[in-house]
Amino acid sequence: MSILINKDTKVICQGFTGKQGTFHSEQALDYGTQLVGGVTPERGGETHLGLPVFNTVQDAVNTTGATASVIYVPPFYAADAILEAVDAGIQLIVCITEGIPILQMLRVKAAMAGTGALLIGPNCPGIITPGECKIGIMPAKIHMPGSIGIVSRSGTLTYESVHQTTAQGLGQSTCVGIGGDPVHGMNFVDVLSRFQADGQTKGIVMVGEIGGGEEEDAADYINAHVTKPVVAYIAGQTAPSGKRMGHAGAIVTGGKGTAAGKIAALKAAGIEVVSSPTEIGLAMKVCF
Amino acid sequence: MNIHEYQAKQLFLQYRVPVPEGKYAVTPEQAVEIAKGLGGDGWVVKAQVHAGGRGKVGGVKLAKTVAEVGEFCLDLLGKRLVTIQTDALGLPINSVLIEKIYRIKRELYLSLLLDRASERLIFIASAAGGMDIETVAHETPEKIISVPVHPAAGLQGYQCRKVAYALGLHGSQHKAITAIMQGMYDLFLAKDASQIEINPLIESDSGDLMALDAKINFDDNAIAIHPEILAMKDPTQEDDKENEAQRFGLNYITLDGNIGCMVNGAGLAMATMDLVKLKGGLPANFLDVGGGTNVEKVCEAFKLILSDGNVKAVLVNIFGGIVKCDVIAQGILEAIKQIHVSVPVVVRLEGTNVEQGRELLSNTGLNIYPAEDLAHAAEQVVALAEAVA
Repeated sequence: MSILINKDTKVICQGFTGKQGTFHSEQALDYGTQLVGGVTPERGGETHLGLPVFNTVQDAVNTTGATASVIYVPPFYAADAILEAVDAGIQLIVCITEGIPILQMLRVKAAMAGTGALLIGPNCPGIITPGECKIGIMPAKIHMPGSIGIVSRSGTLTYESVHQTTAQGLGQSTCVGIGGDPVHGMNFVDVLSRFQADGQTKGIVMVGEIGGGEEEDAADYINAHVTKPVVAYIAGQTAPSGKRMGHAGAIVTGGKGTAAGKIAALKAAGIEVVSSPTEIGLAMKVCF
Repeated sequence: MNIHEYQAKQLFLQYRVPVPEGKYAVTPEQAVEIAKGLGGDGWVVKAQVHAGGRGKVGGVKLAKTVAEVGEFCLDLLGKRLVTIQTDALGLPINSVLIEKIYRIKRELYLSLLLDRASERLIFIASAAGGMDIETVAHETPEKIISVPVHPAAGLQGYQCRKVAYALGLHGSQHKAITAIMQGMYDLFLAKDASQIEINPLIESDSGDLMALDAKINFDDNAIAIHPEILAMKDPTQEDDKENEAQRFGLNYITLDGNIGCMVNGAGLAMATMDLVKLKGGLPANFLDVGGGTNVEKVCEAFKLILSDGNVKAVLVNIFGGIVKCDVIAQGILEAIKQIHVSVPVVVRLEGTNVEQGRELLSNTGLNIYPAEDLAHAAEQVVALAEAVA
């Protein structure tokens, strides 16, 4: 088993006929993802990449039975797209879009409370279960079906972790990029709990970065609930205070959210924290 | 995005948050006229820079005469102010704010910001105003109250009363603090702020509440829909290279070291800086060239990195995902030729078509060092920078 998605997951794409939506939908289809259609308002009834286009997410769900959606719409339309997916009963919403205003995400999260829908992202690479289902912008080739669950706030550091665990022959069960925004969907704990429960996942790589307190929460959770080996890496040890390091959420304010604080919390919970991003794969390998 | 205090106070007035009477000036003559117009027997002259800690370094002065207002402005304008929040060069003082002086009974603290953990906007209030709030939070957390606001319900009366009682306010002051909090909340939502801070919020000897200082930051993700806020941007208060980078869609932050870094992806860019430090070097910058890297972006990125005279060597670290490594390698070669890069450049490529990419970068006759892996690349660039230095 994997977590959240597998070969049977039916996926639709919001922003299907746009440049990004088209490119990454082609890649997903190549990978074997069960992409069953897409949504672009006013384009309903057309066929794109050999798949049906719908005007609304509800139409797409009613016709295809999709349970997951991936969103490639511009930042000022993304909150609307997420809530449309929630309203149509989509269970897993993956929002790739970067640059959504924070206040819009606050409202989205408040509106999602109690609906049971899961959100991954925004500002993330997406989620992949190697060999089965790819929802997002990650390069397919570096992945290998295997035993390591990867969860990360950074896209390229997810790829580094994937590349290294593939090189070590471990492979990945599922990789989840939870995104670099301060207000986002699933957090480390949400993903860690699923990796802990998943039979295929034998070890976990967790990649954090400066800003916020989710790594500290993850440290507490791992300490109390996770029995599988965890290798962690935290980016931003040399980042200056008060500067936004690319990701909207990667900022140290008022001495809070520092890499040092996160590393200390993880180490105090008995978690192996590698000091170099090049050591992730090897550190995971020696656990087996 | 940051704005100046005087701009923040103009916004406060629009949202019915009381501020001292005053105006900003760019010459001593203007300042003197403003002081005369305000009247009274004392004025405060405040240097307008995007940094806190101004009072401790002579950036805020009390003038007893109109002539003194002029002298202080002559002294401040055109200089650079170095505070605990700036670098060693400080920030240029291009304008000053002249305000009436008020008799202060108490200094309070009030701010509105995003709490990431609860995913709510929260008011933070304290009767211990005028001090660094982080110090208060650390030393006397019981003196701080926080009130989260649900985005659907909005700010409620009981929440304002809670803050009023915590701040020891009475009678008509309840109405005043409610209006201030509602104004801050409305302003935050209308303009997509990311933080509004009033420190201190003063209680005058007549019991009036007033924002003696004002700090507002805005969400960069939303700035495009607020042209009136974007118009308040003051590029002189920001790093030239960081301004230049924004024009080309690059994420760049200046640092103190001598090893330039060019990386795709924010997380990998941070990790690369950390790795350079781990290997004994010091990064000169954070630079994320983004996902869709092309020749133009790589050229601009090189120009930015090399405009820093401290840079002795450059580390390029690209994880080619969707973008192929051979395409990136061509871009790097093109950029190095076009802009005559003279310092050594260590290139670590990984991902799609990596072999072709490395092949292109080897034996070029240029000062390029293709690296097999990231750890080795970091060691190599540190050694090269040391050799040059």
